[in-house]
Amino acid sequence: MKKKDFDRREFLKLSGIGAGAVFASSLGVFPKKLGGNSIWAAGENADFYFLQLSDTHWGFEGPKVNPEAKVTLKKAIQTVNSLKFKPDFIVFTGDLTHTTDDDKERRRRLREFKEIVQGLEIKNLRFLPGEHDASLDEGLAYKEVFGETYYTFTHKGIHFIALDNVSDPAGNVGDVQRNWLKAELNKLPKDVPIVVLTHRPLFDLMPDWDWATKDGKQVVDLLMPYKNVVVFYGHIHQENHHMTGHISHHSAQSLIFPLPAPGSVPKKAPIPWDAAHPFRGLGFRSIEEEKQKAAEIKEWPVVKA
Amino acid sequence: MSPFYFAVAILAVGLAFPNFVRGENTPRVIEIQAKKFEFTPNEIHLKLGEPVVLRLKSLDRKHGFKVTELGVDAVIKPGAATDVALIPQKKGTFHFHCSVFCGSGHEGMTGVIIVD
Ligand SMILES: [Cu+2]
Ligand SMILES: [Fe+2]
Repeated sequence: MKKKDFDRREFLKLSGIGAGAVFASSLGVFPKKLGGNSIWAAGENADFYFLQLSDTHWGFEGPKVNPEAKVTLKKAIQTVNSLKFKPDFIVFTGDLTHTTDDDKERRRRLREFKEIVQGLEIKNLRFLPGEHDASLDEGLAYKEVFGETYYTFTHKGIHFIALDNVSDPAGNVGDVQRNWLKAELNKLPKDVPIVVLTHRPLFDLMPDWDWATKDGKQVVDLLMPYKNVVVFYGHIHQENHHMTGHISHHSAQSLIFPLPAPGSVPKKAPIPWDAAHPFRGLGFRSIEEEKQKAAEIKEWPVVKA
Repeated sequence: MSPFYFAVAILAVGLAFPNFVRGENTPRVIEIQAKKFEFTPNEIHLKLGEPVVLRLKSLDRKHGFKVTELGVDAVIKPGAATDVALIPQKKGTFHFHCSVFCGSGHEGMTGVIIVD
């Protein structure tokens, strides 16, 4: 799915959601069709949108990468609060905090992050861990602050499944969770709309950069019998759109620093801050679920233009 | 990622070695130490066709040793060596990296195997 494929008329038609000033932003807002046509036909009452925020890395310090690290999340929260039409809920897909070897400091960052996001007007918040939050202590501190690292919930006829591919520092979902997933899926009809939320890509995007889930193929195989599956993830600090069969995978931008396109440079390193274009490459996304229609994704900047 | 490039076996120390390890043709053992956030050495020179054992040891915490192109992905735990036996079948430079998230410098924990 490339930007040039986007249908301009579709774009205009969609101006219903979260319109206003952000929509007019110079960064542009690109609606995308997710994995084929009318995949949400089965979502009976679906007619809402939610937001995905990702990779906020609270606690990160690096003036060359993001001199505004202490305020980027807060600015994004302001932008979210200013949206004219309110999302039903907001999901954070991992790397809430930046890694630290100090167990105490990790807990402090997680709690501080939780406090900051209380500034969101929307109170229905869902969280997932990233490797920065959970890999060094296998999810211990994260669970103390946010609870379970994998879970399901249903919203207006759509089944959401949050998967943890970071509490194992080697990046496996693991047998226990895969068996749990299998049992959860068994309860669902094959045509029910399913949204999978996770941190790492479930396919081999760039294994040399840890942009993969070791047993991701096994997870995707479990999802394959289901006709309407979309995966939203983070981790790679940029947009990416990929299909495995009929399942589409969409990574979100970060709220701390962008990373280079997969394999575009010899060594993965944050893209330095550009003073002429502050917050460039950062942002969050909305996902609109509508009856009888494919869901629509839009990317939003940190700060309104 | 072709299996023809290298013959690879990941062994726990003390388990039976493959044929080439026994007998008079004992492979060269190259010890590689892993610690936050580097491998020592991080440049390993091998000869085409020469059987070697890479003996991986961690000085601090769990790390990984992944050579994507060769299909090698081992976990290195402190207190026990992990052996990776291989016979280089192709000349070239093969990148390896730590595949177990180990902290702030994890991304930079990389190295190369050079076969000539
Ligand atoms: Cu490491
Ligand atoms: Fe991240």
